[in-house]
Amino acid sequence: MADILPTLLFAEHDDASLNPVTARALTAALALGAPVHVLVAGENAQAAAQAAARLDGVAEVLLADGPAFAHRLAEPVAALGVALAPAYGALIAPSTAVGKSVMPRIAALIDVMQVSDVIAVVAPDTFDRPIYAGNAIQRVRATDATRVLTIRTAAFAAAGEGNAAPLRTLDLAEPSAHSHFVGEDIAASARPELTAARIIVSGGRALGSAEKFHEIVEPLADALGAAVGASRAAVDAGYAPNDWQVGQTGKVVAPDLYVALGISGAIQHLAGMKDSKVIVAINKDEDAPIFQVADYGLVGDLFEIVPELKAEIAKAKA
Amino acid sequence: MKILVPVKRVVDYNVKIRVKADGSGVELANIKMSMNPFDEIAVEEALRLREAGTASEVIAVSIGPAKTDETIRTALAMGADRGIWVKTEEAGQGNTVEPLTVAKLLKAIVEAEGPSLVILGKQAIDDDSNQTGQMLAALLGWPQATFASKVVVGDGTLDVTREIDGGLQTLRLDLPAVLTTDLRLNEPRYASLPNIMKAKKKPIEQKNAAELGVDLAPRLEILSTTEPSGRTAGIKVASAAELVGHLKQAGVL
Ligand SMILES: Cc1cc2nc3c(=O)[nH]c(=O)nc-3n(C[C@H](O)[C@H](O)[C@H](O)COP(=O)(O)OP(=O)(O)OC[C@H]3O[C@@H](n4cnc5c(N)ncnc54)[C@H](O)[C@@H]3O)c2cc1C
Ligand SMILES: Nc1ncnc2c1ncn2[C@@H]1O[C@H](COP(=O)(O)O)[C@@H](O)[C@H]1O
Repeated sequence: MADILPTLLFAEHDDASLNPVTARALTAALALGAPVHVLVAGENAQAAAQAAARLDGVAEVLLADGPAFAHRLAEPVAALGVALAPAYGALIAPSTAVGKSVMPRIAALIDVMQVSDVIAVVAPDTFDRPIYAGNAIQRVRATDATRVLTIRTAAFAAAGEGNAAPLRTLDLAEPSAHSHFVGEDIAASARPELTAARIIVSGGRALGSAEKFHEIVEPLADALGAAVGASRAAVDAGYAPNDWQVGQTGKVVAPDLYVALGISGAIQHLAGMKDSKVIVAINKDEDAPIFQVADYGLVGDLFEIVPELKAEIAKAKA
Repeated sequence: MKILVPVKRVVDYNVKIRVKADGSGVELANIKMSMNPFDEIAVEEALRLREAGTASEVIAVSIGPAKTDETIRTALAMGADRGIWVKTEEAGQGNTVEPLTVAKLLKAIVEAEGPSLVILGKQAIDDDSNQTGQMLAALLGWPQATFASKVVVGDGTLDVTREIDGGLQTLRLDLPAVLTTDLRLNEPRYASLPNIMKAKKKPIEQKNAAELGVDLAPRLEILSTTEPSGRTAGIKVASAAELVGHLKQAGVL
């Protein structure tokens, strides 16, 4: 079909760089079969736009740059999406905090029912998505003329790089009238990002304090070059920051290796990590449900085992 | 100000659901139902604002089939002042009404009731959609703050701290506004026995979709519901050294 409408992918970025989940969502976007344009909305986001132009398969990058799009607040970005929507057959974003906030706003304004957290593109209008914390997979056909999707990026491989797509600058900035940015508390970390990491070490309630979490979990992560995750219980208790939470209502990850330390394996936690390639669990309760999904289980006290494990890894890497 | 709190009746979070063998949905017969946990947090936040003298009235609203009033009653027992139940037919396939439709129904109720604030859960733990609050805010043309972990009321404004991917973000919203709750916003109270008794006398007004001018027809056609590909338990190892040996062999180190 010559007149097939292109797909618009909303890039996840921090102005300076493109978040790796964008390349994964691109794979899902390309599976729809239409040309893919990538929208980079931000302030001084030229660098992120150039990174988007390098992704293989991108037909065009649209850059909406200006103070109105600083911090990608939901109202201005959604207004931009609504303005662009008529030219597109599908609007797609990774299921990040920004994507989750912006896309339903657009969907409602163009009267479309969104499909959240797509894990497979079965056909251009048919998608698989998890429900009930991933304990069931629903296959849905979207009947609206435009599709609005958020993508569970852990389920898609990243598109490659080497492209040089053209970049078009948009002039559509409309500042948000009723919500204003006050501040942000974003911890800088040298560790890989949770949703992009090849290895993740997560700690649970068993750690008992923020100090112990820091002393036990983080050095093992560093020995492995891993990102750090946590259970809800560990986050609620203040052992770990909120953005480390893995699970149904936190981040969904699928690294090559996931190491669960003192995590029982509640359904809500499993929902966020059970698609990892290899799962290791260390828990003193041999009946802990985490062992039902673990490839390798070690029953015992994590406070003894983790330092040993760290030493063994150092030996193996030497 | 009035606060509207939409609460959804869902399968209790402790229940491990079963997929029906014929792929037609999830087994819902004789299963424990509860208020969506994020909505308990929403009710709690609204009650705290009323107790602080900021809010005058807390209205719980739910959309759903028979027995949905039990969930509204739970909100009333926690302390909400009154309820509104948009009664829908017994949904086929165990479907609930889609978020876009829920948002349209809620918009009609907002227009009738005139709240300054609507507090929803960030996500219903059955459909895991994470859409309704954002859609409602869009339809009303109101500002939104999703994933709230702290709310401070100002003069005609609201400062909301949000749990975002890299940490925390604070926004100032002009009222009226829509909020969605995250887990760290508060710890919801339990209803006391006297309050459960009192709740029985609180009014629940019943409405239907037609009188609110909203079509319930779904936009997503559910083709099948299946079991995810399972994972089988692996092996237990005896020591850290043995574990590292396996991980090397598996090629993940
Ligand atoms: C609406 C809702 C959403 C939720 N979302 C999430 C989510 O996204 N992510 C999430 O993780 N949870 C989530 N939960 C919470 C979930 O139900 C569990 O409560 C939580 O995952 C438990 O965390 P945990 O495994 O760290 O703690 P626990 O269940 O208390 O487990 C601690 C484990 O540590 C073991 N242990 C104790 N001491 C030691 C030791 N010295 N050495 C080794 N092992 C030890 C124990 O045997 C136990 O298995 C959610 C819950 C609700 C209601
Ligand atoms: N049927 C419903 N009745 C009342 N509130 C609902 C209903 N469905 C969703 N909500 C509200 O919208 C929130 C998000 O739901 P969802 O978008 O389905 O994940 C829930 O936490 C509720 O606050």
